[in-house]
Amino acid sequence: MKFKLKNENIASEFVAHIEKITGENAKRCYQCGNCTGGCPVSFKMDHGPCQIIRLMQMGQDEAVQEANSMWVCVGCMQCYSRCPQGVSAANIFEGLRQVVLRKGEDHQEIEDIPMPLLKGAPQQALVCGFRKFVS
Amino acid sequence: MSELKNIPYYPGCTLNTVAKHFEDSAKESAETLGFTLSELEQWNCCGASYPLSPDNIMGLTGPAKVLFEASKAGESVTTLCSVCYNVLKRTNKTVHDDKEKRETISTFIEADYDGSLEVTHYLEILRDTVGFSKVKESVTRPLKDIKIGAYYGCMLLRPFEDVGIDDHEAPTIIEDLFKALGAKPVDFPNKIECCGAHLAVGGKEGDDVVKQLSTCVMRSAVGSGVELIVTSCPLCQYNLEQSQEKAVKEVSGYNAVPIVYFTQLLGLALGQDEAKLGFEKNVWDARPLLKEREV
Repeated sequence: MKFKLKNENIASEFVAHIEKITGENAKRCYQCGNCTGGCPVSFKMDHGPCQIIRLMQMGQDEAVQEANSMWVCVGCMQCYSRCPQGVSAANIFEGLRQVVLRKGEDHQEIEDIPMPLLKGAPQQALVCGFRKFVS
Repeated sequence: MSELKNIPYYPGCTLNTVAKHFEDSAKESAETLGFTLSELEQWNCCGASYPLSPDNIMGLTGPAKVLFEASKAGESVTTLCSVCYNVLKRTNKTVHDDKEKRETISTFIEADYDGSLEVTHYLEILRDTVGFSKVKESVTRPLKDIKIGAYYGCMLLRPFEDVGIDDHEAPTIIEDLFKALGAKPVDFPNKIECCGAHLAVGGKEGDDVVKQLSTCVMRSAVGSGVELIVTSCPLCQYNLEQSQEKAVKEVSGYNAVPIVYFTQLLGLALGQDEAKLGFEKNVWDARPLLKEREV
């Protein structure tokens, strides 16, 4: 993908906000790709974990927010386990989700969940899913 | 252990309902091994996910309340569900290490708790308190070299500095237990990979991801010669079972294997009545395999 890099991108307030609420520092990442290599769901992401972090380093707020990656992340912590720099992409994805959810915008409508799933799935799936997808 | 010991136990939302057979078999096995799982008098849901953005203190109040209730019952609390274990253990560490958060949480839940409790998983009790050698001595129906695939998933293992029931890349705690039970554990590549977790409720896209991940786990296990998979998490159990149903329909030549909670086979090996272990509640019944091997 192509993007323009300007000084104001590097000083992105959005990225600073994500770093603040997650306690992560995107600039620590040196793009070894271990996170994306170990991520079990990167195949379904628009941009893998290390690419999202790269976009954050470059202050590409829109590209980061438009990608489906944050909603696909399952929080399995494999990325963090294998990161030589101690960066948790899972925490960053949680921060990105939180920014959306805290505006009251749901990613998943509860009414859309099929009844067999609501009845058959373990309660923990619903509790966890609602925490991740519903404001 | 020479005398019967009461161990405070937190069931969580799923162990009292769809995973009741997980709990029942664990409780019964505990009695056989000389200890009692005593359910906490008061408990609430742990939230089923540890809040990954550290400014989200609300997500810590539920598990902190559970820990406070548990602290009235003893110096430790044990769980069976991997997710509860992960959430309680991480919350406990946060409450213990972060004074500012501890004070905020204490004010909110109107209870003082300092994070001094020890959070353990049932597997750790078997390994560290009972000892696998004692478990082995108590076996009356050995599992006769059935090839077991131990599926760990994520929550027992990661993040390793907070949870770490065992080595986070090459755990063996479940295999070691099943060696003691007379089974033949088989290593397989995807045993620590994610099953797709809560994406089961994440719409069409989530369903696709769960299907792909869980099917990968199953094929990796079956391809390595596994005859039966054991889990320690109701959500892993659900995702693997549902995905295997789809795999059987859609992948030609795929042979389904039983997927059970580790405590069901523990109970069987310890001599419990097979009819009370809930094998009929599993989508893929383990009993024909057990009968074939004359367990």
